Amino acid sequence: RIIAMAVRVLVGCKRVIDYAVKIRVKPDRTGVETQNVKHSMNPFDEIAIEEAIRLKEKKVAEEIVAVSCGPEKCQETLRTALAMGADRAVHVQVDQQQYESLQPLAVAKLLSKVVEKEKINLVVLGKQAIDDDCNQTGQMTAALLGWPQATFASKITLVDDKLEVVREIDGGLETIQVNMPAVVTADLRLNEPRYATLPNIMKAKKKPMEKLTPSDLGVDITPHYDVISVEDPPQREAGTKVDSVDDLVAKLKDKGVL
Amino acid sequence: PDALTSLLRSGSLHSQSTVRQSESQGTPSSIESSSTKESTRSKLWAVACSMSLWKICRLLVLPSRFYCTKITSIEEHVVDTLRSIVGQNNVSQSRAVREQHGRDESYHKCKAPAAVVWPQTTEHVSRVVKVCSDNRIPMTPFGTGTGLEGGVNALEEGVCIDLSKMDDIVEVNAEDLDATVQPGVTRNRLNEYLRDTGLWFPIDPGADASLCGMGATSASGTNAVRYGTMRENVVNLEVVLPCGTVIHTAGEGRRTRKTSAGYNLTNLFVGSEGTLGIITQATLRLYGIPEKMVSAVCAFPSIQAAVDTTVQVIQSGIPVARIELLDEVQMDACNRYSGLNYEVAPTLFLEFHGSESGVDSQAELAGDIATDNGGSSFSWASDLEERNRLWKARHDCLYANLALRPGCTGIATDVCVPISKLPDAVVAAKQDIVNSGLTAPIVGHVGDGNFHCYLVINPEDENEMRQAEEFGVRVARQALAVGGTCTGEHGIGQGKTKLLEEELGDSGIAAMRKVKDMFDPNNLMNPGKVLSNRKQSL
Repeated sequence: RIIAMAVRVLVGCKRVIDYAVKIRVKPDRTGVETQNVKHSMNPFDEIAIEEAIRLKEKKVAEEIVAVSCGPEKCQETLRTALAMGADRAVHVQVDQQQYESLQPLAVAKLLSKVVEKEKINLVVLGKQAIDDDCNQTGQMTAALLGWPQATFASKITLVDDKLEVVREIDGGLETIQVNMPAVVTADLRLNEPRYATLPNIMKAKKKPMEKLTPSDLGVDITPHYDVISVEDPPQREAGTKVDSVDDLVAKLKDKGVL
Repeated sequence: PDALTSLLRSGSLHSQSTVRQSESQGTPSSIESSSTKESTRSKLWAVACSMSLWKICRLLVLPSRFYCTKITSIEEHVVDTLRSIVGQNNVSQSRAVREQHGRDESYHKCKAPAAVVWPQTTEHVSRVVKVCSDNRIPMTPFGTGTGLEGGVNALEEGVCIDLSKMDDIVEVNAEDLDATVQPGVTRNRLNEYLRDTGLWFPIDPGADASLCGMGATSASGTNAVRYGTMRENVVNLEVVLPCGTVIHTAGEGRRTRKTSAGYNLTNLFVGSEGTLGIITQATLRLYGIPEKMVSAVCAFPSIQAAVDTTVQVIQSGIPVARIELLDEVQMDACNRYSGLNYEVAPTLFLEFHGSESGVDSQAELAGDIATDNGGSSFSWASDLEERNRLWKARHDCLYANLALRPGCTGIATDVCVPISKLPDAVVAAKQDIVNSGLTAPIVGHVGDGNFHCYLVINPEDENEMRQAEEFGVRVARQALAVGGTCTGEHGIGQGKTKLLEEELGDSGIAAMRKVKDMFDPNNLMNPGKVLSNRKQSL
């Protein structure tokens, strides 16, 4: 089986609050506490990068470009991507304040421009970020590029220049075939990402990292919606004990459940 | 009544002190006027005796391994003091909570504490310890409750100090390869935190245990053969002593890779199982995540062949990272439980860590040794999912064994012998199992000379339990006879105190008792563990 085109992959990495951290809402309810809190790469993006690296190890992909949009600290996330095995990194610099209102549509536009610039033909993104849970960037990027999308992928195979993707859906698994170039978003069971090893972390320091701004790419990142407030979920109340089944039934009726 | 309860609550009636004075509150000493001492004392003895009879009657009538019938109270004002230290919601006397804290993963009967407290800082721990100490209340430190020797069971009730709310990863120094953690941090959580630094903490006992708890029991795991046990990997500890004083065993903030400064207090507390003090912080040594890992599985015609291979692999200096033996009974159990297809024969599971080239040559050399010993059915893998599949059998062992006899529980023996004595020890243990008619698959960290016989027994059947315990003692004594130890990694807990005496000998045990008496003269810190309580004269 000869693969005609050289697959050049773009992978998105977002720097988010580490999944193990206990989130605290800011007292002014404008957002969550991010100062002095551990951050790491969005877990679904780790899965996306792992998949890209496996494609490269199978000699299906030729080059992997990792992209992140945000302030200076995003470079740490990109270094992790490089340590895992990406070849090059692109950091789209967005200052801290603008970053706080950077939304999926703007990111999708930025990614689309990088795709054009780097002659990418396969975009692999995490299905959603664990901070905003938007699950929009992949889909919007595909629409902006006019490419097919294969979202919630749990298995990706390249067959004769087409992508066969098994998707996780509510009813089970759905297998679709899409033409290349395409956008794929990674779901949890796609793979188990490798840990970056020390020798690779050191090698990653030498890999190229390009810095661009939204204006370099000709993209307007003005937000289209405002976050009005962020609140804690309601505190769980203590339960009440009942003495008999009749009591239980009465209480359930009171609550309108029965 | 208050004086009575406080006297009786002290559990054992030491001949040298009949009434405990407490400095901080006056109630128990109210009976101290000398003229009434004699009559009061005889009254107290009478009540004491009747109370003991009552205890015995209740235990006979309601025997139960998992639930506790007795509720002993701690004086209300002491509970209030504890609440004022750790917070209203961080003290519990509810039965369910106390029972949860009265047992671990071993077969030992549940012994619930009288109260459970959750301190959030070292200062809390120190103050709680001081209150308990002043009131002569026994204390039991609690990490994740995943021990295998009944170490957290509160044999003398008292207060259980649950450290899970102290769960900060205090600092990680990637360049110095060390990390400092509080007791609520478990090993998986630390490794996930470290994942983007390229470092890991390799010691991996079966459970996702508290790192400080692992320090307290000197835990070990499947890769001890390459990375050592907790003894080699704890650099510094913050400990709250039974009197409440806080010490840093290597000095505060110190974290060097080696030292010869003074007595090795760090390793005194590692393995002390909560009997000398409470560990509130540990500084650990980290390692680089290996560049490449290769796993291999190989079947052998006999246990002897498998163990001989292990010995030869170690002796050739191959830095194997994991080398685990599963006997054919275990392989059969695993095949059935996990739906696998392995040859039902003694099998070695190996893993090699290193650089790309290094690992391949290690694996090849080990493969040659295995072949020379009659090994067959090799499988190798370096891909993560493939390696996981290969190791699945080993990881599911415990559940596979329990599935052999549903409704039964597992008791693991834990002896460790010099590796040259390993073949004979395992073969002898196997013969004993066959002779006794017990169900006991064998799994071993054979690279360390450590093997476990997992006895699957019916906990309700006294006869089986007794047979299992006797078997455990026989296997331990066999190990002791060849220069081994009765416990390679699980600890002494409450079940092996007698074996420890045989292992150390009189003068050794006497020295240990001196240490215990010095740190904990009132025997309040996890009493009955490691060293048996000395016999009391009534």
